[in-house]
Amino acid sequence: MVKTRLIPLALLLAALCALFLLWNLRAPVSFILSLRFEKLAALLLVGAATGVATLLFQTVAQTRLLTPGIVGFDALFVFLQTTLVFTLGGIGYVTLPPFAAFLAEAAILIVAAVALFGIVLRKGASDLVRVVLTGVIFGILLRGLASFMQRILDPSEFAIVQQASFASFASVEADQLGVAALILGACVVLAMALASRLDVAALGRDTARSLGLHYDRFVLAVLALVAALVAVSTALVGPITFLGLLAASLAHALLPTHRHALLIPASGLIGAIILVAGQFIFERVLAMSSTLAVLIEFLGGLLFLMLILRRRTT
Amino acid sequence: MTLRLGILAGLLALVMASLSIGAASLWSGDFDAAWLIAVSRFPRTAAALLTGAGLALAGVIMQQSVQNRLVEPGLTGTPEAATLGLLAITLIAPGTAVIGKMSVAAASALAGTFGFLALSRFVPRQDPMLLPLVGIIYGGILGAVGLWFAWTTDLLQFVGIAMLGDFSGVMQGRYELLWIIAALSALLFLIADRITILGLGEDYARSLGLNYYQTQMLGLVIVAVTVAVVVVTVGAMPFVGLIVPNLISRWRGDNIRANLWIVALSGGALVLASDVVGRVVRYPYEIPAATIFAVFGAAVFLWLLYAPARRQHG
Repeated sequence: MVKTRLIPLALLLAALCALFLLWNLRAPVSFILSLRFEKLAALLLVGAATGVATLLFQTVAQTRLLTPGIVGFDALFVFLQTTLVFTLGGIGYVTLPPFAAFLAEAAILIVAAVALFGIVLRKGASDLVRVVLTGVIFGILLRGLASFMQRILDPSEFAIVQQASFASFASVEADQLGVAALILGACVVLAMALASRLDVAALGRDTARSLGLHYDRFVLAVLALVAALVAVSTALVGPITFLGLLAASLAHALLPTHRHALLIPASGLIGAIILVAGQFIFERVLAMSSTLAVLIEFLGGLLFLMLILRRRTT
Repeated sequence: MTLRLGILAGLLALVMASLSIGAASLWSGDFDAAWLIAVSRFPRTAAALLTGAGLALAGVIMQQSVQNRLVEPGLTGTPEAATLGLLAITLIAPGTAVIGKMSVAAASALAGTFGFLALSRFVPRQDPMLLPLVGIIYGGILGAVGLWFAWTTDLLQFVGIAMLGDFSGVMQGRYELLWIIAALSALLFLIADRITILGLGEDYARSLGLNYYQTQMLGLVIVAVTVAVVVVTVGAMPFVGLIVPNLISRWRGDNIRANLWIVALSGGALVLASDVVGRVVRYPYEIPAATIFAVFGAAVFLWLLYAPARRQHG
């Protein structure tokens, strides 16, 4: 029974969370707990958001190779962030109410992402590699533009942008956590509601259309969801390209099914497990704080190469 | 004929601009103008020209060696590998002379390039866009290893400097290694025809009597040394080796012997142009040439991906 495999995943995550919170707990207990809780919440949110986003994206892009990060979603977010600081100025940006600013950023990202990748993905899987390469180069272009603007900003404004453009679990803004949790929750509920349609969409454009799914519109809607999820995780910790690839690949490996109602929670759980376990090992056992993102990039990159080289072009 | 004159005239104008732009005015009488040019302006101009020419030529060799137009040394892990070597020698023997550091970087760049070649044998040939993608991810993995080492040893800034090409630190006595590129280019002119045959593929090249592996080896040594010299003296400059040969080949076809000097001049001119732009945009502050070039290069790469292939001639 595939369904029952979600339960051990959930239990594992719960155990890891407990470990993360209670390991070596000393006085002042409540203070340390609150700090750890904040960090744990960020890890859970980012892991789950990235895992779910990647799974959805892979379904509509008709490939197990891609992640939103690889095709430049997070670069787009960093670029938007920089543009905002650039146009509003550092002071103007900081005085924006965080909730409204975050929503506005997510909204802009959704529109931009749908415009960009909607067009690119329309061509479909027939030209997959070109789509990927376009995304990768586009990411480089956006990062280049962002760093160009960052150079023109003055140092204090640059510091504001810098927070958004490097992956780090060390500095998470507490006031963003609530907003992020809200958006993530809404997105997961929506994704679960769309699960059966995702199953149909996974059959490919022609089959899905003949089964009565308004395919193109549906793909754009899913891309909007993906963009919102990426906005959540990138805003919290910065870009992590390959975490989603690890999570989604593991979810498919552990649950040999095509039912998104199971795959979506699995991928979210696994993403969260990777982050919590990784951060726990790095921070508590090895006492190194900021290198987890690098390790994930390394492992994910290796996995990506393996997947590409294993894929025989038909 | 007009094209050649155009390139030469443009180059001359750029050189004049590069010699006359800077924080200190040449004609105010505050400085001895001749001294200023000799110590700072001329080295900087020469460094940009040599870097651009060397990387563009390295791109030609690389594309012929793996028979893929979308590959270049900056996107196949070569600069990352050179940076790794530089890191290693800085950690093990910090007091090593520059020439020693450079040799280690070159050896490491060569190893990294061979790693990519080994990978490329496993990449299906049908899809020319797959190889650059593999190269980018491969470079990302090497980069992650370098980042991790830098992180654990507090050399992060050092890596940042090595991975971002910038000519602002170039002065008399700190760039002379780049003249090695001039010597390598001369060598390349001698073996231009062999490199052309290399691009026909292994079977053709052998049947024409070419010692395939020896030629490939020689070409890749030139690439690795060029990239290592550039990384050690000014930092990585992605896209130069990709777009210059491609643009020239669209223009004038694939006679490498006839095109080499145009490729070299155009590469030098483009890098010098991005350095001059970087110096002017926020005068008297500067933006690294690599940042300017990445934006321009990524845009041209996207155009190359989607532009219809031109009729071959020449």
